[in-house]
Amino acid sequence: MSGNTGMGIFAIFFAATFTSNILLTLYLGMCSFLAVSKQIKTAFGLGLAVIFVMTSTSIINWMIYQWLLIPFDLEYLRYIVFIVTIAAFVQLVEMVIEKTSEALYNALGIFLPLITVNCAILGVSLFMIIREYTLTQSVAFGAGSGTGWLIAIIAMAGIRQKIEKNRIPKGLEGAGIALIIAGIMSMAFMGFTGMIGLN
Amino acid sequence: MDFAWSEFFTSILIVSGISGILATLMVIADATIGNYGELKIAINKKKELTVEGGQPLLTALKNKSIFIPSACGGRGSCGLCKLKVDSGGGDILSTELPWLDDKEKAEKIRLSCQLKVKQNMELTIPEELFNVKEYKTEVSSIVNLTHDIKEITLALLEPAEIEFKAGQFIQMEIPEYDLTDEPVYRAYSIASAPSMKNSIKLQIKYVPDGISTTYVNRHMKVKDKVIVNGPYGDFCLRNNNRELIFMATGSGMAPIYSILLDMAEKGVNKKTTFFFGCKEKRDLFLTEEMKDLERKMTGFKFVPSLSRPREEDNWQGETGRLNTVIKKYLSDTSEVEAYLCAGTSVIESYKNALKEMGIPENRIFYDDFG
Repeated sequence: MSGNTGMGIFAIFFAATFTSNILLTLYLGMCSFLAVSKQIKTAFGLGLAVIFVMTSTSIINWMIYQWLLIPFDLEYLRYIVFIVTIAAFVQLVEMVIEKTSEALYNALGIFLPLITVNCAILGVSLFMIIREYTLTQSVAFGAGSGTGWLIAIIAMAGIRQKIEKNRIPKGLEGAGIALIIAGIMSMAFMGFTGMIGLN
Repeated sequence: MDFAWSEFFTSILIVSGISGILATLMVIADATIGNYGELKIAINKKKELTVEGGQPLLTALKNKSIFIPSACGGRGSCGLCKLKVDSGGGDILSTELPWLDDKEKAEKIRLSCQLKVKQNMELTIPEELFNVKEYKTEVSSIVNLTHDIKEITLALLEPAEIEFKAGQFIQMEIPEYDLTDEPVYRAYSIASAPSMKNSIKLQIKYVPDGISTTYVNRHMKVKDKVIVNGPYGDFCLRNNNRELIFMATGSGMAPIYSILLDMAEKGVNKKTTFFFGCKEKRDLFLTEEMKDLERKMTGFKFVPSLSRPREEDNWQGETGRLNTVIKKYLSDTSEVEAYLCAGTSVIESYKNALKEMGIPENRIFYDDFG
């Protein structure tokens, strides 16, 4: 059995943000991490959208899993159900934001479709099941993972802005150098692992 | 072992149930949240279009047969589909920002492929764009005009005819190849008469490493299918009785040749001089055609000038740069209008020379291909 059930929500949040950063220790959500990390501003927008979607979908998926899939012994369907839920949820949220708040749509809306296919989102929903979190723990885990993702992508965008004018070997331009940077950042984040661990 | 039929059916039921509920939610959302109803787009305070709300402005206009130049097909990666949105556009989206400078932001210029029609709008669209269409064409001939300038003839397939004013340009699509991993558009002046409606000619000079010129030089073959759109631009003759001078270098001859052909066909015969500058004799082209025009229009004179003629060129004509050559030909500049087509820096030097000779700036028109 997992030892996480008794973990406080702050510990989970902190661990998900730093020690078990979903992006830099688990390497999930790499695609949009590499694609949208050229500018701090857009990276920030995408990061906020990820926090929002991760937190909300972990709540919805937790409810569906606990109240629908477990009672009917259908846990094995969680992959397909989670993905469908995430996709539909993101679509709905995008439509609502587009209609109601122009400012928010400008900041987040355009990034939402990108997130649907972000494996980090599905990853969070699956981890919370494996680790047997309660609803509040899941919220903390979702929000923490999202925040960790935001921090990672902003750090990456900052570095990429900084090296924009630098001369980089031709073969390494773009994604190549970004992956090397991600690797170095990941090593730095590994320094946190001893503090609090999520199994 | 018994097959668990009940489990089999519940799993189908649950998955279909969840998908069904979500799908219903989406349909309801689409009909309520996503429904912006029919909206009105006023163009230049004259025309009014009724369009389905919620779609990108570029698409909405395209559906009403108004073509805004766009190279990337609405992905927001070319920055060509700019429009002036006077009202109803809302804030500038982050996907538009890379393409707009401060001046454009202040002038309410927007990227029409990113902007969605969510309320009634007022737009200002240049009148000439109403005539812009996309044409499917086929390369019917490729001729070397000089060692580095090719004349490409495109036969129009669909639509079969084009209406344009002499001096206007089109945009030609260059498909992806070694030098570009996405299709790009490049503008070329039409170098044929507007009366020839079923095909157009372009003069394309080879520039080393130029995406489009390299494509035309190395890869384009007769029978190739080429997409162009247009016509664009206002480098056209003004309607008055002033004496005309034209000045061009290299492939800058294209729009001027079109204007001259048009003048000859329409029987316009006034004092007209075409100063053409190039380096040596092998850079000269269409000289026979120019002589032909001189015979048709008695007031017309073609003055080529070589800046660095070779010895073997045996050149008897003018030499030196056009800004000095024109001084020999123009004494009275009080009723002269000038049309220039060349690169940016050359145009600047011509403009200065013309102004020094007393031609006011509002009588100097130019097409800058730099």
